[in-house]
Amino acid sequence: MALFGRQPIAPLEYTRKLWMRSWVGATLLFLYAPLILLMVFSFNDSKRNVVWKGFTLKYYEKAFANESLVEAMVNSLTIALLATVFSVILGALAGVMLWRFRFPMKSAVEGVMSLPIIVPEICLGVAMLIFFARMDWPTGLPWPLNLSAITIAHITFCFPFVAMVVRSRMASFNREQEEAAKDLGASEWQTFRDILLPHMKPGLIAGALLAFTLSLDDFVITFFTSGPDTITFPVKVYSMVRFSVTPEVNAASTILIILTIVLTAVALKLQGVKGIAETH
Amino acid sequence: MAEPIIQIRNVSKRYPGSPVAAVDDVSLDIMPGEFFVLLGPSGCGKTTLLRMIAGFEIPTSGTILIDGQDMAAVPPNKRPVNMVFQSYAVFPHMSVEQNVGYGLKIAGVRGDEASARVREALELVKLDGLGSRKPDQLSGGQRQRVALARSLVMRPKVLLLDEPLSALDAKLRAQMQFELSDLQDQVGITFITVTHDQDEALSMAGRIAVMNKGEVAQLASPSDLYEFPANRFVADFVGSVNLFEGKLTLDEPDRAAIDCPGLGKVYLGHGVTGPHGADVWVALRPEKIYLHVPGKGDAIRAAAKDAPEDHNLARGTIKGMSYLGDITLYEIKLDSGAMIRVSRPNLSRHDQEDFTWDDRVSMHWRADSPVVLLS
Repeated sequence: MALFGRQPIAPLEYTRKLWMRSWVGATLLFLYAPLILLMVFSFNDSKRNVVWKGFTLKYYEKAFANESLVEAMVNSLTIALLATVFSVILGALAGVMLWRFRFPMKSAVEGVMSLPIIVPEICLGVAMLIFFARMDWPTGLPWPLNLSAITIAHITFCFPFVAMVVRSRMASFNREQEEAAKDLGASEWQTFRDILLPHMKPGLIAGALLAFTLSLDDFVITFFTSGPDTITFPVKVYSMVRFSVTPEVNAASTILIILTIVLTAVALKLQGVKGIAETH
Repeated sequence: MAEPIIQIRNVSKRYPGSPVAAVDDVSLDIMPGEFFVLLGPSGCGKTTLLRMIAGFEIPTSGTILIDGQDMAAVPPNKRPVNMVFQSYAVFPHMSVEQNVGYGLKIAGVRGDEASARVREALELVKLDGLGSRKPDQLSGGQRQRVALARSLVMRPKVLLLDEPLSALDAKLRAQMQFELSDLQDQVGITFITVTHDQDEALSMAGRIAVMNKGEVAQLASPSDLYEFPANRFVADFVGSVNLFEGKLTLDEPDRAAIDCPGLGKVYLGHGVTGPHGADVWVALRPEKIYLHVPGKGDAIRAAAKDAPEDHNLARGTIKGMSYLGDITLYEIKLDSGAMIRVSRPNLSRHDQEDFTWDDRVSMHWRADSPVVLLS
């Protein structure tokens, strides 16, 4: 062995084991090959996504020229942004409440709150449809008020995720820090702003990312709560795909993927990847 | 006499659902500039009492006055006391300077005055030059200094310390005991420290209140606490002690005698003012017993003529010994069957070889060594 200048593999040196490397490679391949293909074929100069015919940007032009597609994209981003903001506020408050207070029926409240995570999306979608119909929720309002029903539906299933992340983050909080701040003269609000909030921040950012991506790609619930003039991106793609998968869809999807990657990168940069990792 | 800085008047604390009081009718006066220690085993109520002074717990009954002012309606952030927490509770997202300056920022002290006071506080705890560090770049001892500086910068009337040294290693703890005492001399602020460590209490305190089951078992100076414990709990908790039950057979103003079935006849050079024939306990510290070879030691015994014949004498067999460097500790089975612990200083480098397992030994002690306890 020493003759070949090779050290024997220690029991925990998994990265030097061939079967482990191939396993990781295969996992990455299955995860990302479809995505990479989708992106590559968005530049394909052919109407069909089968054979590579040459490089072109014309489907990007086409996608941007497709007014209803652009509108759907803008709708999706608006809904995701609004849902994220409200989910983070509601979720943070709920998370702090569950961490901080003891009250009767607490476990029941916790269970009910995580219900939107557990309940099948299709059921939640139907329920939302019936709810908004029975409420006689106004339709045909000017933009962006016409998105209110979808946004409310999205907040419903997004905020429990934020609450869970924030709560688990708070579990690592040392209560003596809160007392120390008060001991130094800080009021309840100052303590929250200066001590609790900074501790919560990685959880808030992780929760916001979760909420944003969940909202952006939601199809089922959106499908049930959207009207003819409130099409979101996933719903629009679905309707386009029903005829044929054109490179136009590929182009639009690529833009969306890049957009989410950039947003995630910015969020991670803001906090530092370490902070996010610590949350879980 | 000066007015006490803190007056605790009949304070009790009961938690709902608990049959016993965490703090039971405690009254204490703490003087300005004093180094006061609350000592006791875990669960004795010492931390609860400290937290009531800080305002984090509300007394069930009784009043706490700080500087003559009733604190009942004053929340923690408005009290003229500051606390150093057991976990230090240093804010992890702030630098050392920001930590120390936090209280000043809240109080509205800004600019040059704030930075001067922060610098002064950091110098006081010997952390100058580390102001821009984050807490995770500091050692445990340094973090504690940050917590100290953070409280001292507020110039409180009273500084409360909750088990301040419990998380430090032995060497650092010994060093911090001296530093805390020095610091207290320097700033002249009243310190109230909670600890379960008797060494810590004895070395730092001006006065110690020993607490047991929510009550103050004894309030005394360190040496009084050790040499004149008021009851068996204090005698046993502070230091190490041999306790023997006995009957009071003689009690006059200048002498007393107790007959202990376990230890033998004990003679004291002072009265105990207890009822004749009463059941009492004799407490004898291990270091106050002289150990010698039977026969040979009788010569030394003859030199200590402060007790009548047959008193303050015992014989036994060594059953265990542990060599601790500065002293050697012996476990001796007395002829009565009772066990007694004796410590012996190693005055020369061969002293520990004088006795070994199963040696017959005789012991004596002076008439002013035992303490008679009525409870």
